[in-house]
Amino acid sequence: MNLIVFSGPPSSGKTSVILKTISSFHDKNIKVGVVKFDCLYTDDDVAYEKAGIPVKKGLSGALCPDHFFASNIEEVVNWGNEEKLDLLITESAGLCNRCSPYLKEVKGVCVIDNLSGINTPKKIGPMLKSADFVVITKGDIVSQAEREVFASCVSSVNPRAITMHVNGLTGQGAYELASLLYDENQNIQTVQGMRLRFPMPSALCSYCLGETRIGEAYQMGNVKKIDLGGDKK
Amino acid sequence: MTNISIKKLLEEYPFAAAYFEQNKLTIAGFEDQTFEEFLNHFSEEELEDQAIDKAKLLSDLPVYLDQMRQFLGMENDRLVHSLTILPGHDKSGTVEGFKELTVETSQIISIVGPTGSGKSRLLADIEWTAQNDTPTGRSILINGEVPDMKWRYSSNNKLVAQLSQNMNFVMDLTVVDFLRMHAESRMVQDPQSVINRIIAAANDLAGEKFELSTPVTSLSGGQSRALMIADTAILSSSPIVLIDEIENAGIDRKKALKLLVTSDKIVLMATHDPLLALMADKRIVIKNGGINHVIYTSEEEKQLLDKLEKMDSLIQTARQELRSGNTLSPDLLAN
Repeated sequence: MNLIVFSGPPSSGKTSVILKTISSFHDKNIKVGVVKFDCLYTDDDVAYEKAGIPVKKGLSGALCPDHFFASNIEEVVNWGNEEKLDLLITESAGLCNRCSPYLKEVKGVCVIDNLSGINTPKKIGPMLKSADFVVITKGDIVSQAEREVFASCVSSVNPRAITMHVNGLTGQGAYELASLLYDENQNIQTVQGMRLRFPMPSALCSYCLGETRIGEAYQMGNVKKIDLGGDKK
Repeated sequence: MTNISIKKLLEEYPFAAAYFEQNKLTIAGFEDQTFEEFLNHFSEEELEDQAIDKAKLLSDLPVYLDQMRQFLGMENDRLVHSLTILPGHDKSGTVEGFKELTVETSQIISIVGPTGSGKSRLLADIEWTAQNDTPTGRSILINGEVPDMKWRYSSNNKLVAQLSQNMNFVMDLTVVDFLRMHAESRMVQDPQSVINRIIAAANDLAGEKFELSTPVTSLSGGQSRALMIADTAILSSSPIVLIDEIENAGIDRKKALKLLVTSDKIVLMATHDPLLALMADKRIVIKNGGINHVIYTSEEEKQLLDKLEKMDSLIQTARQELRSGNTLSPDLLAN
């Protein structure tokens, strides 16, 4: 089974891109399934079901969604193999722009959109910088100049990635993306022992453990203070 | 490349500054060190805090420099003179109704066909330089030859620039800052003179002139369109321009096409406006996902275009009169 990890900021067009990409796999008789990771809510599974795609969803609830991903990817891959999929796609929203769910031996795709602003490539960390493919969406509604500048910012933070424009509405570019993603020779039975490409942020402060009161007296563990300059002890 | 000081590196490859800047690496004070030494100054805590991947930054730098050098060196040996489409088939598998279609720079081809008939697919085939490996089975040649794969994979060398009527400026910048940013990303030698040329061309296209200090987001529809077209013609690196309907309001469309054509672009234009469609020498008729046939604009049609243009200018005059607060009289139709 092939495994591909999609991630990207909320509302960047991941689901649309994946749906359009999958439709070109159907013509080739490649069986594709999707597992959607999100935090509190998602109805994207309905969109996948409607398209006749086997889908599971995982809501991380009170946990960091990317940590949740890392703790569950093994089980998800087992599900994909039980379903006899040729290709399993996982989709997860990068909520803090710091995490990246990519595994070293697995293709990673980052979806970002032209509307998110020119500084976005700077703001997104490993999720963009360590992706193998960067898919830029919503190119049909910004000017050509902005498309060019945005793409050049992306390639200066991740020069090795293949950067593509895909239109999530018309599907323009999705067929081409699909042709680069599927690898007949890849057969992943398990991801046990594989490594994340980049460590996730460490935490564990009082608030991780459920503290709700504000104030230094209540803060313990890994606490970091903002630097406001001026006279500070 | 990585064992020389940052200062030397920047002297040799000035564009390396963009790599440091985009990756948020403040090199000030470290110019005498190598890039690796610079990266080693970060503490473990800083590396984790700023999500810095030392090994990747170090190994990506030569890749980036190489890409930029290729991009800058492309001026002459990578010029596109012609685009050739070889037929595939439509959705039902019927072979397309043409033998070979070649478009050269400074030519305009119009594309007609209902929504959903396959215009996006045609464009995608061109953008991807299809080699009988897309659903239509078409092949694309550049300068009469099977094209270099770099057109597919390089993010700085896209073959097709797009202009559609849904496009807007979303950046919060003034016209001059906006153009400067684009010029810098394209690494042009003399940004100011390019900016001046674009502004002059855009003001020539737009009915109402705009200032350098106007924010791009507050330009009128016609002014935005004019600026986008002038910018694409003069500053975009893509040799092929696809236009998806330019609306009639507030812009001289004939001049706009002329500007693109004189900038050595190959222009493909999806339109059902007779004034534009007939301006092209050939038009592609798309049906059921394939090119049904190619029409050569006849002499008769060209003559008709003259008459249609006169009718159009009549309407434009009437519009102008209304805008100035005048009344319209039947005399308008007299001549």
